[in-house]
Amino acid sequence: MELTFRIYRYDPERDSEAYYRTYRVEAEPGERILDCLNRIKWEQDGSLSFRMSCGHGVCGSDAMRLNGRCALACQKLVQDYQGEPEILVEPLPSFRVLKDLVVDLEPFFEKVNWVRPYLLAGDSDPQKERLQDPAERKKLDQVIRCILCACCMGACPVVGENEHFLGPAPLVWAFRYIFDSRDQEKEDRLRKVDSEDGAWGCRNHFECTRVCPKEIPVTKSINFIKREIEKVFGS
Amino acid sequence: MGVPFNRNPDGTIAQRAFGGHTRNFGEAPVKRACYAADRTGRVILDTLYGQSVQKGIRVYPELSVMDLVVRDGAVHGVVAYEWATGELHLFHAKAVLVATGGFGKVFKTTSNCFANTGDGAHMVLRHGFPLQDMEFIQFHPTGIHGLGVLISEAARGEGGLLRNRDGERFMERYAPTIKDLAARDVVSRAIMSEIRDGRGIDGRDFVHLDLTHLGKERLEERLSDISSFVRIYLGIDPAAQPIPVHPTCHYMMGGIPTDVDGRVLDAAGYAVPGLYAAGECACVSVHGANRLGCNSLLDLVVFGRRTGRRLLADVAQLPLHEAGGEALDACRERIQRLRERRSGERAAGIRQRMQQEMMERCGVYRTAKGLEEGLDTIRGLQETCRTQLVLDYRGDRYNTDLMEALELESLLGLAEVMLLAAQKRTESRGAHYREDFPERDDANWLCHSLVYRDGAQLRYATKPVSITRFQPKPRVY
Ligand SMILES: Cc1cc2nc3c(=O)[nH]c(=O)nc-3n(C[C@H](O)[C@H](O)[C@H](O)COP(=O)(O)OP(=O)(O)OC[C@H]3O[C@@H](n4cnc5c(N)ncnc54)[C@H](O)[C@@H]3O)c2cc1C
Ligand code: SF4
Ligand code: SF4
Ligand code: FES
Repeated sequence: MELTFRIYRYDPERDSEAYYRTYRVEAEPGERILDCLNRIKWEQDGSLSFRMSCGHGVCGSDAMRLNGRCALACQKLVQDYQGEPEILVEPLPSFRVLKDLVVDLEPFFEKVNWVRPYLLAGDSDPQKERLQDPAERKKLDQVIRCILCACCMGACPVVGENEHFLGPAPLVWAFRYIFDSRDQEKEDRLRKVDSEDGAWGCRNHFECTRVCPKEIPVTKSINFIKREIEKVFGS
Repeated sequence: MGVPFNRNPDGTIAQRAFGGHTRNFGEAPVKRACYAADRTGRVILDTLYGQSVQKGIRVYPELSVMDLVVRDGAVHGVVAYEWATGELHLFHAKAVLVATGGFGKVFKTTSNCFANTGDGAHMVLRHGFPLQDMEFIQFHPTGIHGLGVLISEAARGEGGLLRNRDGERFMERYAPTIKDLAARDVVSRAIMSEIRDGRGIDGRDFVHLDLTHLGKERLEERLSDISSFVRIYLGIDPAAQPIPVHPTCHYMMGGIPTDVDGRVLDAAGYAVPGLYAAGECACVSVHGANRLGCNSLLDLVVFGRRTGRRLLADVAQLPLHEAGGEALDACRERIQRLRERRSGERAAGIRQRMQQEMMERCGVYRTAKGLEEGLDTIRGLQETCRTQLVLDYRGDRYNTDLMEALELESLLGLAEVMLLAAQKRTESRGAHYREDFPERDDANWLCHSLVYRDGAQLRYATKPVSITRFQPKPRVY
């Protein structure tokens, strides 16, 4: 079937403002939107820039906005857009555009790094594995699916209004270590996100949960953190 | 470090069955693979990322290394291209560790990333250092039909079964003891044989991976990523319907030869000063002619660590050279030449022809004639590349058109090495299967292959295998 793509284009060094260009692509219903973008780049317009690598939702590099919704281009299929007159392709909102669909992810990774995304278990070099009860490990099952794609950041209205808000994915990473029974810094971690720009900034819009390509219950996880803060420090 | 491995009831790290993991040399399957659901590799990567944040390791996420700075047979640094600006950077270094991964993108159907183009291995080759055992290319039996996206062996580890058009569990015929959990090369060949004999599903070019008997709960708990891939890409529920699969190029056993401490070896077997390699791009040769599932991550962790330690010890003695201007100029010229060409053929078309050709000539089954024809085609494409390759975009910012053109040169260079090594080895061993020489031939071929560049020519040599505790013997399942 033939599809029409309307793609956001912007090179801040050359263009005074962003514009949209339209491309037409022949594609099979089972093909990925990423395949279509590649075909556009390979066959029609080599100047189109976007990030991608794994092609199946593991590396997290091809997050963008497709018909208004943040998603991975490699996880959306042509048939998902059947009947739509065109597919509007835009960069993730709330991020600075570097070129076309490529955005500046530095501030995002700074926030992720700020929550200390690593185990702080006190003992530095144990000879054997640290034991963990399967039930404790199970608490992490969903959050360890996060691939740091930033779809949730683009979708969150609070991130859009307040650039200081930590945002959904960094809170997912905070959860990942707050609820890891092997970690020794739980209180400190909770204190770090106990603020208006931290866990309390979230206003339960559920947009993050709706768009997460790894189906992580993001909002629920943030609420767990809030509840844990109240439990540990009193409300 | 905090990798979220699955756990046993007593709190220790859980283990599961995987293809070819057996006790007493093939007697029966055993549970030996540590795992974190079906995303072990990704969570190890996340954990290492966290460690690098904690230790404040500087990372340049969007720089591509274009070349090594080599002088008098020693490595003095690298030249890298910055995607955001199009600038070239020269890094002086006492030591360089190449860890650029595999190069499955040589093939049309592959589980690998678009980034797996083998730049590192090709750089080493360009400088006259050898690549080892390049004919040993692993085809994983279960790629999603059409896409190549991997259905991890964990699926069969958890009890998944392969079935042909008659619903027959055909692996019982090919490997009576270990069946669906035979090593990958055996299963891939079995699938291709079924397809060739018309027993693919509806006579087509795929078979079924059946997980329906595992039940929704087990699929959700242990194979959740796989289940979601199948739902997203095929629109089917693996608890209710079987998955169409076809072998997909997955892993390179060969690569840059190193010793057990990651030091890169030249054609004469001497360590190259300042050059190290680890991971899939390296060939320390623990996987022989056929890697078993899970052993890549094991290789990375064990030899990555050893290599890091060796490098740390060596850095104290290695000199720092402020040279490399010529290497920088050479890279600049290479880009300039591409930019100046006004008409010709774009990278994508050439790459597609290469990938198709490699799939047909250098895949699961190989013959002298096919490999010869493959070499002709690939050399022809290299020539096209040299004289015709043209860019559509000449800008400096995130120029992926240029990146792909540069990567294509690596892919074609490595494709030629693979074909040559496969052509020379007139026997079948591990993942290398010659229809015209179906038997293993230890008398003549119990050896590594080396391919290196000598001027414009590729040279071929062999080197003895060092055998210690385990004598090689035929695999019978
Ligand atoms: C889908 C899939 C599933 C797998 N599952 C398993 C499993 O369950 N168990 C197992 O043991 N193995 C598995 N493997 C194999 C294993 O994941 C790989 O062999 C392993 O990740 C290789 O690691 P590496 O660090 O050597 O290279 P990679 O992880 O490939 O990393 C190479 C890095 O080098 C970068 N790079 C490349 N060229 C350049 C350049 N010119 N300049 C700068 N940087 C560059 C790349 O961007 C990349 O970041 C799987 C592989 C795939 C594809
Ligand atoms: S639930 Fe919270 S984090 Fe998620 S989109 Fe809404 S406000 Fe943002
Ligand atoms: S929580 Fe989901 S949407 Fe957000 S970064 Fe992680 S995987 Fe992406
Ligand atoms: S390309 Fe890796 S997540 Fe889409």
